[in-house]
Amino acid sequence: MTLPRTPGRPRRRRSGAVAAVWGAGPLTRITLVATVVLSLFPLYWMFVVATRTNDAVGSVPPPLTPGGELGRNLARLFGNEQARFTLGLANSAVAATTVTVSTLLFATLAGFAFAKLRFRGRGALLLVMLATMMVPVQMGVIPLYMLMAEIGWTGKLQAVIVPFLVTGFGVFMMRQYTTQAVPDELIEAARIDGCSTFRIYWSVVLPVLRPAMAVLGLFTFMQTWNEFIWPLAVLNPDNPTVQYSLNLLNGAYYTDYSLMFTGTLVATLPLLAVFLLFGRQIISGIMDGALKA
Amino acid sequence: MSVPADVRVRPRTARPSGPPGPRPRGSALTRLDVRLSPYLFVSPYFLLFLVFGLFPMGYTLWVALHDWELLGDQRFVGLENFRLVLTDPQFWNAVLNTLGMFVIATVPQLLFALVLANALDRRMRGRLVARLGVLAPMVTSIAAVAIVFGQLFSRDFGFVNWVLGWFGVDRLDWAAGRWSSWLAISAMVDWRWTGYNALIYLAAMQSIPRDLYEAAAIDGASRARRFWTITLPMLRPTIVFTAIVSTIGGFQLFTEPLLFGNGDMAGGSLRQFQTVTMYMFENAFRRFDYGYASAVSWMLFMLILVGSLLNFLWLRRVGGTR
Repeated sequence: MTLPRTPGRPRRRRSGAVAAVWGAGPLTRITLVATVVLSLFPLYWMFVVATRTNDAVGSVPPPLTPGGELGRNLARLFGNEQARFTLGLANSAVAATTVTVSTLLFATLAGFAFAKLRFRGRGALLLVMLATMMVPVQMGVIPLYMLMAEIGWTGKLQAVIVPFLVTGFGVFMMRQYTTQAVPDELIEAARIDGCSTFRIYWSVVLPVLRPAMAVLGLFTFMQTWNEFIWPLAVLNPDNPTVQYSLNLLNGAYYTDYSLMFTGTLVATLPLLAVFLLFGRQIISGIMDGALKA
Repeated sequence: MSVPADVRVRPRTARPSGPPGPRPRGSALTRLDVRLSPYLFVSPYFLLFLVFGLFPMGYTLWVALHDWELLGDQRFVGLENFRLVLTDPQFWNAVLNTLGMFVIATVPQLLFALVLANALDRRMRGRLVARLGVLAPMVTSIAAVAIVFGQLFSRDFGFVNWVLGWFGVDRLDWAAGRWSSWLAISAMVDWRWTGYNALIYLAAMQSIPRDLYEAAAIDGASRARRFWTITLPMLRPTIVFTAIVSTIGGFQLFTEPLLFGNGDMAGGSLRQFQTVTMYMFENAFRRFDYGYASAVSWMLFMLILVGSLLNFLWLRRVGGTR
C-alpha cells in the first residue's frame, strides 16, 4: 500500500526557485506592518489609560506613553466591593478550562465520526448539526433561563458551563479539518491492523488533528472567558464571571475610564498569557510544513 | 440543501491479496464496534443539543404562538405575532441595520483575511511576530473592545476624530448617524475577527502541497495567477466555512452595538444601529412581550437560514469547476 502524500512537506531542493515563490515583496511587508500596528494599538491604548488618571481620556492630543497610576488603579479595581473582581477571575478560569477540555474531546470525536466513519443517517445528522449552528444563541436565552430556574441553577457556575460543553461549531470545524488532513488510507491501514474505532481515533486521528485542536482550544477558552450576555442573564452580582464584573464597574453616575480600562486590562491579561503559551503552539503547528520546505 | 463539501466516494483500497487472515479480535465484537462507535462518538453533541438547544427553540416557538406577556394570562393567537412582525417597520429597520452592518463588516473582512493569510504565508524574518500580532485582537472580549472603541470613537476626545482632524475632517458624532455608527461598529467587528479568519485560511493554505506552487512557477504562472488557480480553489471548503460562520455571527450582532450605545437596546435615538437581536431583547426585557419577542427570534432564525443558504449556493457557483 502506498503511503499517503503528506501535505506541505516537499524535500529541500531548488532553493532559488523556492525563494522566488515564497519570498515577501515590499507590499507584503507594508501590509503586514500596518496590520500589526492597527491590531496592537487598541491593546496598547488600553494599557496607557490604565496607567493614568481620568485626565488622560479628556486631553487633546491624547497621551501616548504610560503614566504611573497603574498601582493605584489596580488597588481601586480589586478594592471595588461591587465588582468582586477576584471571584470573577476565578469563576471564569474554572468555566473556561472545563468547557475547553470537554469541547476538544467531544468535537474531535464527533468530527472524526462525521468525516471518516460510515454509518446510517450520517448525512442527515450532519445537516441537522449544521442547522443547529444557525440557531441564534440569543434565541434560547429566555427559555434557557426558565430551564435553569426550574432546575435551580440560576446564579450557579454550572449554568455557564454545562450548556456549552460542546458546540456545533467545534464539531463542524473538526469535521472539515479531519476530512482534509487525515488520509483514508491511514485509517483503513489501522483498521486492517485490528485497531478498534476508539483506538484509531486516539492513536491515529488525534495526533494529526493537533494543530486544529490548538486553534479550537484557544478559541473555545477565549469564547467562554469572554462570554457576556448569558452570564449577565443567568448569574447575579454575588457570583459573577469576569465580564460580568467588568460590567459592574460601569457606574451609574459617570464613566470612570481609568478604572474600566484597568478592568479590561486585567481581564485581558490572562488571555494574553494563554495566547502566548498556546499561540506559539498553534503557529508552530501551522508552520511545521513550511519550515521543512 | 445537499450536504456541503459532499463526501467524495472513497476509493476502496484493495485489500492485500489472499484470504483475510485470522483477526486479532473476535469479529462479532469488531462488527459491533464499527456499527456502534460512530453513534457513540456523535451522541454527546446531540444529547447536549437536545436539552439546551432544541428544547429552548421549541419552547420559543410555543411562546411565539401566544399572546404571552410577563403579567396577565397567556392566550393562544396562532400566527398573529408573526403577522405583526412582518408588518412592523421597526422590525424591518432592524433587519436593514443588521444586513447593512453584516455586509460592510464581513465582505471586506474576509477578502482582507485572504490577502493577509497569503502575506503571512511568505518567508521572511519576524513572521512569527507578525502572526501573533494580527491574532492578538482575538484575545479581547467584546465588552473590552466595546469599552475601548467606544472611547476611541467618542465625539469630543476620541482618538479617531483626532486623527481625522489632521486631514481637515470635522469632528464626527459617530453614534449619531446611520452610516457612521455602522462603520464604527463594523470596525470593532473587523478588528477582532480579521486575524482569526486569516489564521483559518493560513492553516488551510499550509495543507496545500507546496510542489503545486513551485511547479506552476516553473511553468511561468505569475503570483496572482497562482493565487487564483491554486490557492482559491483549494481553499474552497474553508472559505465556505468562514463565510457561513460569519453569516451566523453577523446576523446575531448584539453586544457591540448594545455597548456602543451605552447599553441602550433601541440602538440610538433614531434606532440607527438597532439590530434584530437587540429588537428581540427590547421586546422581551423592556416591553415584556415574550410572545412577540419569540416571533422576532424565529424570524431571525429564518433570516440566518436563508442567508447561509444563499451564501452556500453563491460560493458553490463562484467556485465553479468542482
